[in-house]
Amino acid sequence: MPNHRAGAAARLTTQLTGEPMQALDDLVVLDLTHHIVGPYATKLMADLGADVIQVERPGGDVARRLGPFQGDDPHIEKSGLFFFLNTNKRSVVLDLRRESGRDALALLARRADLVVENFAPGTLDRLGLGWKFFQEIKPELPLVSISNFGQDGPYRDYRLTEVVLYGFGGEMYSMGLTDREPVKMAGTAACFESGAATAPALMAAIMTSRQSGQGQHVDVALAETQAGGVDRRHATAIAYQFSGRKTLRTAGAGTGMPQGIYPCADGYVDFTNAGIRPDRVLDMLSYPDWATDPRYQEPTARFNAALIEEWNGNFLVWCLERTKREVWAEARRAKVMCGPLFTMEDLFEDEHFRGRGFWTRASHAVMGEVELPGRPFQMSEGGWQLRRPAPLLGEHTEEVLQEAGASGALIAGVLEEGAQK
Amino acid sequence: MMDKPLKGVRVIDLCVVWAGPFATMLLADLGAEVIKPENPFVFQPMTRGAMARPPAAFLQAAVAWNGGLPGNVPGERPWNYNPTFVSLYRNKKSFTVDLRQPEGMDILRRLVAVSDVVYENNATGTVEKLGITYEWLRSIREDIVFVRVPAYGSTGPYHDARALGVHLEAVMGHTLLRGYEDADASTTTAIYSGDYLAGAQGAFAVMAALRYRERTGKGQLIEVAQAENASPMFTQAIMDYSMNRRVQTALGNRDVHGRYPCGVYPAKSPGTALAQEDHWVAIHVEDDAGWAPFVEALGSPAWGADPRFATNAGREAQCRELDALIAAATAEHEDYALMTKLQAAGIAAAPVLEASRLFDDPHLRARDFFRMQTVEGAGTKEYVGPLWKFPESPVEYYQGPATFGEHNEYVYREVLDVGDEEYAALVTAGHVARGYDPSVP
Repeated sequence: MPNHRAGAAARLTTQLTGEPMQALDDLVVLDLTHHIVGPYATKLMADLGADVIQVERPGGDVARRLGPFQGDDPHIEKSGLFFFLNTNKRSVVLDLRRESGRDALALLARRADLVVENFAPGTLDRLGLGWKFFQEIKPELPLVSISNFGQDGPYRDYRLTEVVLYGFGGEMYSMGLTDREPVKMAGTAACFESGAATAPALMAAIMTSRQSGQGQHVDVALAETQAGGVDRRHATAIAYQFSGRKTLRTAGAGTGMPQGIYPCADGYVDFTNAGIRPDRVLDMLSYPDWATDPRYQEPTARFNAALIEEWNGNFLVWCLERTKREVWAEARRAKVMCGPLFTMEDLFEDEHFRGRGFWTRASHAVMGEVELPGRPFQMSEGGWQLRRPAPLLGEHTEEVLQEAGASGALIAGVLEEGAQK
Repeated sequence: MMDKPLKGVRVIDLCVVWAGPFATMLLADLGAEVIKPENPFVFQPMTRGAMARPPAAFLQAAVAWNGGLPGNVPGERPWNYNPTFVSLYRNKKSFTVDLRQPEGMDILRRLVAVSDVVYENNATGTVEKLGITYEWLRSIREDIVFVRVPAYGSTGPYHDARALGVHLEAVMGHTLLRGYEDADASTTTAIYSGDYLAGAQGAFAVMAALRYRERTGKGQLIEVAQAENASPMFTQAIMDYSMNRRVQTALGNRDVHGRYPCGVYPAKSPGTALAQEDHWVAIHVEDDAGWAPFVEALGSPAWGADPRFATNAGREAQCRELDALIAAATAEHEDYALMTKLQAAGIAAAPVLEASRLFDDPHLRARDFFRMQTVEGAGTKEYVGPLWKFPESPVEYYQGPATFGEHNEYVYREVLDVGDEEYAALVTAGHVARGYDPSVP
């Protein structure tokens, strides 16, 4: 069985602070990841109590250099992206190219239940810190390697960013207008999807290790987490195999009354697929004369383009007389599927999310108090807690190495090397 | 070989549409026994298709992932081979029972007693109408893990709002943050990335809860409010508003972190977009050091030496002009050849693949990514493979997508130990079926 000393320490901490036990608070994760995908997956574990030791290179995780920055100041302790991705983790700076960095890594590995990394494939092996290194230290320790295209194959060394990931692996091809280029999702949404998909793999790696007493080296390729994902890509591939049909790039999908996005008094509302319940749509509209026209009630009406255009003419007027919140309130009353297009200001101020406790606040040594989304989901037992904000670079190097039993000389060496960029 | 990590875990799948079934699919891939009770008299929309017996005209009008049935005909049992259904039901088991009848609920009660997890993502109030609540489940099995996935959560003013992923993503800001920067929001295509997050994170939540149960003996109730759960995808925009009160807007294909060029550019195409034969390449030059190799890989066009483009700030300021120049150059190349050239120069680039082209990709082939699967009514075909590679506890397609009622015998006889007499009575009462009742449209 894995070494539980670190877990016992974590439990003791929770007892001392009087906080309830968390589901994963007996696990130690040695986190060698950076940027978005790996850190998001390990954040999910850290938020449920795991002691995630984030190993940063001298100079820090690249996400510290990506915005948005508080006050638009590109300071490594002011990235809102890094701040969100690394709550509840501890930061240790190690230079893995140097001896003391490797010695420290070996000490940390002894205490860990899982190692996660997302260096370019082959990097750790070249440093002598790959699968064999960890196996020699602790045979039951699993290693999850996250990479762009996987640990082997012709694209093994290829680079990839959000637009390339979603273009190659995701459903980007059918997104947008027929006569324009395919268009991606917002921000780095695909990276977050792949990070979310990695989290169950991290848990599975720990479970198989505990059950068998032997670790395994798991290979997570971002491109494959996209290709097998639920957001239409897998299904469009099957549709082709079944029917020879490909998916046209076109705004909206399907037909109906209503269908798609409509402007309203102060923005837009999305009624995708709302037309599948015409009875509810009539209720939402409060049965005006124009909408009760029996021609619209025919089963074939939803395939009749001329009739839909006529119906849309009246519906558009109804929308334009109302704000997006008013339209949505009528839709909710009648149980019609609808979503107003919120801006970030709308979302941030919205009373529903405020009232539910979706937002949380963290106090940070450099940024002060910052508001951010809290729990990913609610567990009635052992769930999310904000125990600490994202760490300052190397904030816990000394603390963590002391816990791991490092000598004073080793700690001094690590601190000296880590200070160099 | 090791055992699969979730071997011995039984999950009752009361899921619909995509978000719930994706979670239970990941659990099934990891070895859980996922059992889906299905009602022969009630069709769950958007799960085994939009309707039980879709007219051919409907299939034609629907998007391919919904209407692209084998041979483009409804066939005898369209609920067994709808593409979206097929993509989410491998490795699961299906049995039929009418939960509106007392004896049907008794069957569910007996199944709960021998299960570990119940997972549901129906519209708010749906399972309560049947009498399924956390209290009821706990009264049967004290340490049950019950996962619910309401769109906006079980509390607050929006608790009963009806939504698919596309609606709640609009509320979380996605629709105004994506799409072309120079076109209005009505030009966006409906997407379901929130279902991806809810599914993956819901599966993770179950695994965490099982671990908690192992340590404490306690089960629990998990609420995955899908809107809240999807929000990390918009972290940059959310944090920019939180910290700076800046409202971000759609950027098209540009980089949210401001590194240029970043976009999707035309390649030589065998046909038109209308024929779905247009080819595109996604390219991202991540820093100034990448600029010179990028220009060289494109064949050193004259504009590559323009000093205005030498720095990221200059490329950002002139991004429209630059994108047009790049597009004119990339249009001369085949997409795969350009990827090879650019990647050799250290530039992130890949074709934007229309789904059917995945199967021809040499890398995915070399990685042995695809899986053969036999599906009723569709024959044996190749499928997109699993999400992860576990060398010692492989994730495989052990079983094709569960046909309606395929595991009736297994669930009733082996799992629930139903005797001959009771089984005959259940058959007579219509619970046990291999298709939807003719009254279901």
